[in-house]
Amino acid sequence: MSSVILRTATRLLLPLLLVFSAFILLRGHNEPGGGFIGGLLSAGALSAYALAWGPAEARRVLRVDPRTLLGAGLLCVCAAAFAGIAAGREVLTGLWAPFEVPGLGKVSTVLLFDLGVHLGVVGATLSILFNLGED
Amino acid sequence: MSLLPALPVLVPLSAAALSFAAWKRLAVQQAIGVAGTGGLLAAGVALLAKTAGGAVLVLPVGGWPARFGIALAADTLSAIMVLLAGLMGLAVAVYALADVDRPRKAFGFYPFLHLMLAGVAGSFVTADMFNMYVWFEVMLLGSFVLLALGGERDQMAGAMKYVTLNLIGSALFLSAAGVLYAVTKTLNMGEVSTRLALIAGHHPHLVLALGALFLTSFAIKAGLFPFTFWLPASYATPPVAVSAVFAGLLTKVGVYALLRTFTVVFPVMERNFRILLLLAGITMVLGVLGAVSRFEIRKILSFHIISQIGYMVAALGLSISPDPEIRRLALAGAVFYIAHHIVVKTNLFLVGGVIRRLTGSFDLKRTGGLAKSAPWLAVLFLIPALSLAGVPPLSGFWAKLMVIRAGLSAGEWLLVAAAIAAGLLTLISMVKIWNEAFWKPAPSPAPHPRPGRGTLLAMTAPIAVLALVTVLIGLWPQPLLDVAGRAADQLLDPAGWAKAVAGDLR
Amino acid sequence: MAGLLAILVGVLFGAGVYLLLRRSLIRLIFGLALISHAVNLLVFTTGGLVRGNPPLVPPEAQVPPAGHADPIPQALVLTAIVIGFGLLAFTCVLVKQVVKTLGTDDTDSMRANEE
Repeated sequence: MSSVILRTATRLLLPLLLVFSAFILLRGHNEPGGGFIGGLLSAGALSAYALAWGPAEARRVLRVDPRTLLGAGLLCVCAAAFAGIAAGREVLTGLWAPFEVPGLGKVSTVLLFDLGVHLGVVGATLSILFNLGED
Repeated sequence: MSLLPALPVLVPLSAAALSFAAWKRLAVQQAIGVAGTGGLLAAGVALLAKTAGGAVLVLPVGGWPARFGIALAADTLSAIMVLLAGLMGLAVAVYALADVDRPRKAFGFYPFLHLMLAGVAGSFVTADMFNMYVWFEVMLLGSFVLLALGGERDQMAGAMKYVTLNLIGSALFLSAAGVLYAVTKTLNMGEVSTRLALIAGHHPHLVLALGALFLTSFAIKAGLFPFTFWLPASYATPPVAVSAVFAGLLTKVGVYALLRTFTVVFPVMERNFRILLLLAGITMVLGVLGAVSRFEIRKILSFHIISQIGYMVAALGLSISPDPEIRRLALAGAVFYIAHHIVVKTNLFLVGGVIRRLTGSFDLKRTGGLAKSAPWLAVLFLIPALSLAGVPPLSGFWAKLMVIRAGLSAGEWLLVAAAIAAGLLTLISMVKIWNEAFWKPAPSPAPHPRPGRGTLLAMTAPIAVLALVTVLIGLWPQPLLDVAGRAADQLLDPAGWAKAVAGDLR
Repeated sequence: MAGLLAILVGVLFGAGVYLLLRRSLIRLIFGLALISHAVNLLVFTTGGLVRGNPPLVPPEAQVPPAGHADPIPQALVLTAIVIGFGLLAFTCVLVKQVVKTLGTDDTDSMRANEE
């Protein structure tokens, strides 16, 4: 697809949606939102970009292989699981840092888990969508 | 609290994560492949050491008590299954070093193998009905990709059938889990077990319908009649390393789920169990008849999986007997049978892969002469093959003996007749492979290049180890008999198990 | 309301099965999607249709106030939707590969390999 409107719009929307997806991810702890829906937003933004510019160009913009993102996401999830054990509690027990990070609030292993979900969703969705778009 | 019940999930999941992250580095993936599956095996050994005495290890994930969170629970049966999953994973990971071709490995053989193993092991250690559904799906997703890797014509057609049938099975499982929650207001298997016993008094039909839903969905996964035909159509198509791990583990997850559900979770279903005996008998005979008529090694072995599933389910079905001795014998027989079968069936597929490497074909019409050119392989084939047919003193003999003895004591003559007939036909079809691949002279002066020494070693080492396990179980069955008996005791004590799994919350 | 939804579940299941039995792989995808929706709706309906409060625990309390809706069926459905989404997306990729390899989306032509 080579519509100028679509191309310009996706180029402008991409960073905006990525920021919004990060916002949704962080908001998700106590309010509607979270890693899954945030991940879908990111994946949606990138797949719209792929629709307008082609999957190859979208891969270039993404820089890392989507499957690496999937691995990173799974790693975050595993780290969150092991963190509970390292602290002498059960697997996957939520742990909160005693201090606040400006802009993020209290960071926790729950957030790490959500980040893992976010990355995993982006990775899995994009590797499937790019595959469908390429021949 | 102990972290042990979570390890069978966390180890393969971490291995999958690391292999995904190292997507482009094949050597790293291979190292993680062997280390990760080895880790799963180690977790299984540790778990069995802790539970062999009859303890049930329970781990409330996230520290949430049983009613609010998901609990993982490992009893003796879970430990045996995890150990076997680890052993098969390791065998296949080593075998795949030499046998799975480069493009397939580069396209994610190892990461998805770990993902599938995580799903398999998760199904074994979870004590939550919905969580089991989730692990089933993790396993399916991994297996979908493994099955389709490479994308050859037959593979695609087989994968399509596999995916469709399994998605329908999952839909039924999900409906069953949802309705189960609506009926019992809990998903913890222990709590479900106690509450169903109360509900069955007022609404027997509701419990029956639920049991039927679970039975159907697990029967699809296990390949029980009448849901058998997707299995040979799909298992015979992917590379041998994939077929082998599927053959060993995936249908057995279905059998495990049946065993778990219809002993401790649905202790009230007993009167309706005769249907299991009927289905098991038909499955046995149907599977073996399919095998006898085929001439492709992988097809023959796939049909034998079906037939063997029949024995395991028959043993489960025999546990309705009012006599506690027979119940124990039947369930211990089921556990013993599963353990024996996983090792032997995986091994036979791996041997099939070596036959193809040496002769260039899976088709028995085009193979031959291996008894002369590879006598070591002949021995390594005969051990699992004769064990599968139930020839003493190999592991399959004890397994079949237990099931048949339970059948005789329960007076199920027809079932026993079917089991013996299926055993004989199994022997015939194993002898067919022996004659065609090993005994008869090679059809043409072997145009196929012989694989190198290192390749053969990596392919043969796992086969030799698994054959050794078969022989050891055959010659010293007592340790496994003891452990299987312990597992049967736990399965026969729903109240005690439920109390351990649900915790003190009442 | 529950009766109405029960009929809808049945209709969705029926339509899904009908599509599965057609010969086209594309219809098969739609059939699987309809069945997974039917199951989600079934889980949601059997979980109990009530107008309850959100099951949130107020600060200073240990349990949510009485009259809250049961969150678990919704959590189950949400999880199932996510899983179903992933599996369906994979099935789409698979069907694409099948059509590319076999050159057809007719399921009858896939029987050739079954001896």
